[in-house]
Amino acid sequence: MLRGGVIMDVVTADQAKVAEDAGAVAVMALERVPADIRRDGGVARMSDPALIEAIKEAVTIPVMAKARIGHFAEAQVLQALGVDYVDESEVLTPADEAHHIDKWAFAVPFVCGATNLGEALRRISEGACMIRSKGEAGTGDVKEAVRHLRSILGDIGALSRADSAERYGWAKRLQAPIDLVQEVADTGHLPVPLFCAGGLATPADAALVMQLGAEAVFVGSGIFKSDDPARRARAIVEATTHYTDAEIVAKVSRGLGQAMRGEESSKVETRLADRGW
Amino acid sequence: MKVGILALQGDVREHAAALADLDTSSLPVRTPGDLALVDALILPGGESTTMSLLLDSSGLRQPIAERLHDGMPAFGTCAGLILLAADVLDGRPDQHSFGVIELAVRRNGYGRQVDSFETDLDIEGVAGGPLHAVFIRAPVVERVGEGVEVLATVDDRPVLCRQGPILVAAFHPELSADGRIHELFIEGS
Repeated sequence: MLRGGVIMDVVTADQAKVAEDAGAVAVMALERVPADIRRDGGVARMSDPALIEAIKEAVTIPVMAKARIGHFAEAQVLQALGVDYVDESEVLTPADEAHHIDKWAFAVPFVCGATNLGEALRRISEGACMIRSKGEAGTGDVKEAVRHLRSILGDIGALSRADSAERYGWAKRLQAPIDLVQEVADTGHLPVPLFCAGGLATPADAALVMQLGAEAVFVGSGIFKSDDPARRARAIVEATTHYTDAEIVAKVSRGLGQAMRGEESSKVETRLADRGW
Repeated sequence: MKVGILALQGDVREHAAALADLDTSSLPVRTPGDLALVDALILPGGESTTMSLLLDSSGLRQPIAERLHDGMPAFGTCAGLILLAADVLDGRPDQHSFGVIELAVRRNGYGRQVDSFETDLDIEGVAGGPLHAVFIRAPVVERVGEGVEVLATVDDRPVLCRQGPILVAAFHPELSADGRIHELFIEGS
């Protein structure tokens, strides 16, 4: 039950404890946060099982871990390790340029990224239990997260106003299965929760995407690349709960020290959000 | 009657939808001011550690405790059950529950996410056949105190309990399209 919560990237058991103490609803166990993956380059893969196990031992909240896009063997390993969720993530270097993991073949639930409604519905058709808008991970720039969230929610709104004949046109344009398109048109929302990720760095960023319609937020580099991770983590948790109350967001935003320095998303060399098909 | 839904974290929207289906109005409760406007309170599923922390920072813990003490009806599901129980086994040391139903519970007692399951329950006092129930990292009730009615069990473990105005479920009635448990709560409130 992650709705209304903050899922935090952690690279050590100590960071996982900081995240839990700050009120995270889950932690994402990985070896390097996206900002470091960007800086270091090279191939980014699933984390060392020893690290994932140490983090699982350290906290009582759910633990997620990332597998490369299409790398079903990494996902099998993560499932065998007993992680609570697998993130088939564009932050890691993709293992397959045409196929995502068949997530129906797993008992462990998957979260997948999406930049638009078609991508979200394709991931759901493959068995994803949660969608996160991708944003541009590791930049500390929220603009891509906003773009993707607005695109997904905007198209859901337009689709729910489409007449019965137009829905087939939508399915074709979105390259998504017609039954999922029908379901979104009928209900006005995705059949799974929609979270937001990629570039969030401040309590106000969390309040922004929650007001736009995200149901929970992922914060990656934004916490542990800042001056005071414990306070910032706590503040982002508060802002995610009280996202409509600007006075609370103002109060928790005071004196947090420097946010992660970041990099404007339009200037990055590798656009992680473009990975995935 | 206006039912508040503790909206610090968790599946608030699903509870609101379940109440709307029963023509009952609801209000998300995030502040003491919100709490003053409601006659009953639902504590939803979510992460009990997160909710416990936000109960303190929002200033809601004391006023909720007082209202519960004065007999406000409350319905806790999953994490909400943990927050209402008298005794939380292996909880974090800084995790305090309201203690208004005489149960001892163990967090994540059924295991991790992959051990989540669904099953059909026969419920005492609820007509209409078995009820489909979704258990996600559910708490296990390990001890039932005096005055607690056990309304349903799975493998002899209590999963739906009532003590006076307090109703708790280890599962998520808000996630299945069956409003009978919400109805049970509203009728008893």
